[in-house]
Amino acid sequence: MTYHISITHSDLQAYADGQLTPDRKREVEAHLKEHAKDAAIVEEYRQLNKDMHAIYDPVLTEQIPSQLSVQPRTKLRWRVAASVAWLMLGIAIGWQLQPTRLLLTENDNVFKKHLIQPAAFAHSIYSPEIRHPVEVMANEQKHLVAWLSKRLKSKIQAPDLTKRGYELVGGRLLPSIDRMAAQLMYQREDGNRITLYIRNGVWDNQVTAFQYSRYDGIGVLYWIDGPLGYAVLGSVDKEELFKLSEHIYQQLN
Amino acid sequence: MLPLEQRIVEYIPNLRRYARALLRGNILASDDLVQDCLERALSRIHRWREGSDLRAWLFTIMHNVYANQMRRLTNGPQFVELTGDIELTDNTGAAEQQLKLRDLHHAIADLQNDQREILLLVSLEGLRYQQVSKILGIPEGTVMSKLSRARQQLRKVMAEPKPDHIRRVK
Repeated sequence: MTYHISITHSDLQAYADGQLTPDRKREVEAHLKEHAKDAAIVEEYRQLNKDMHAIYDPVLTEQIPSQLSVQPRTKLRWRVAASVAWLMLGIAIGWQLQPTRLLLTENDNVFKKHLIQPAAFAHSIYSPEIRHPVEVMANEQKHLVAWLSKRLKSKIQAPDLTKRGYELVGGRLLPSIDRMAAQLMYQREDGNRITLYIRNGVWDNQVTAFQYSRYDGIGVLYWIDGPLGYAVLGSVDKEELFKLSEHIYQQLN
Repeated sequence: MLPLEQRIVEYIPNLRRYARALLRGNILASDDLVQDCLERALSRIHRWREGSDLRAWLFTIMHNVYANQMRRLTNGPQFVELTGDIELTDNTGAAEQQLKLRDLHHAIADLQNDQREILLLVSLEGLRYQQVSKILGIPEGTVMSKLSRARQQLRKVMAEPKPDHIRRVK
């Protein structure tokens, strides 16, 4: 009776996905025996499913980042201590996280190691500092940007964020893995601080879009623009960070 | 830890795999998405009914978080996401296969968002069309037709010649 049954493309797809009822499955099997073209489509869909597993399955066995825990929140003090230890360890081992063989890690790892992680570390060290948050204060802004530009061998600017409620506090020069970096600090009236971290790096003059990440309550928004990588960090929500970054980006270009 | 929380933890690898593929290989953004999903799941844990499908529930939350993010992004300034690249390991005799998988990854990244979601839920997670229809809140017939369109698109892209295949040796 198989020649009375119409087999649609949906049937072929559902068959490849193993989603047919046993009866319908038998009918499709009978159909495939006589229709090599349809059998080839099924085979192609099955191969596609297999290939997708080959690409993405390595994620399943990756070590799960510590921020993805479902445990009840531990006391803040311990979380801060743990995050600092974690960052230190990150530096010590140079972010030798097990790279998955197939998966898409190159850019992300470069940004993580050279930009996000040192920027987050610098932010966590200096933004709570009361007496010495910066090396050169904002009243010497001209000197500050000239000095940082000279040391980083790139034109460093200190964007004006007063429209968004942040005043420049000042900045400092920092070591950053293999090069130097600049950190500019801004403060809101209520005392909340954000930092802008700038360094030139290993990213072959790429230009990237804004990317967002988060480290234990610190939001990090970063992008690469030619030789320089930028990261804006703060304990503010994602949207505010986007707005600040937009504002900064526009002034730099 | 409650048994239910323990059971959620067991799905983290699946959620990460899905998010990674959904956000085109961007590790940081995808783990962020998983984190948002877990936070939301925990805050609504009381709404989960014993006996219903926990995995489907988690993926529904993931979809909602993702859809909200997409809505916010399309309303505001455009932020294009990077497509992470596949790291090629050579000297294995499997370079051709690696290139093929890299191309496939890029082709999947280029699919429309809704098509990519459906394809991943079916092909990677092995969810039934009916479950996917519930997760995404669309009719089952739409799931099937969009899935079919996604696959045909991939077939088309994969059949195109790729002139830029230069073997990279690490």
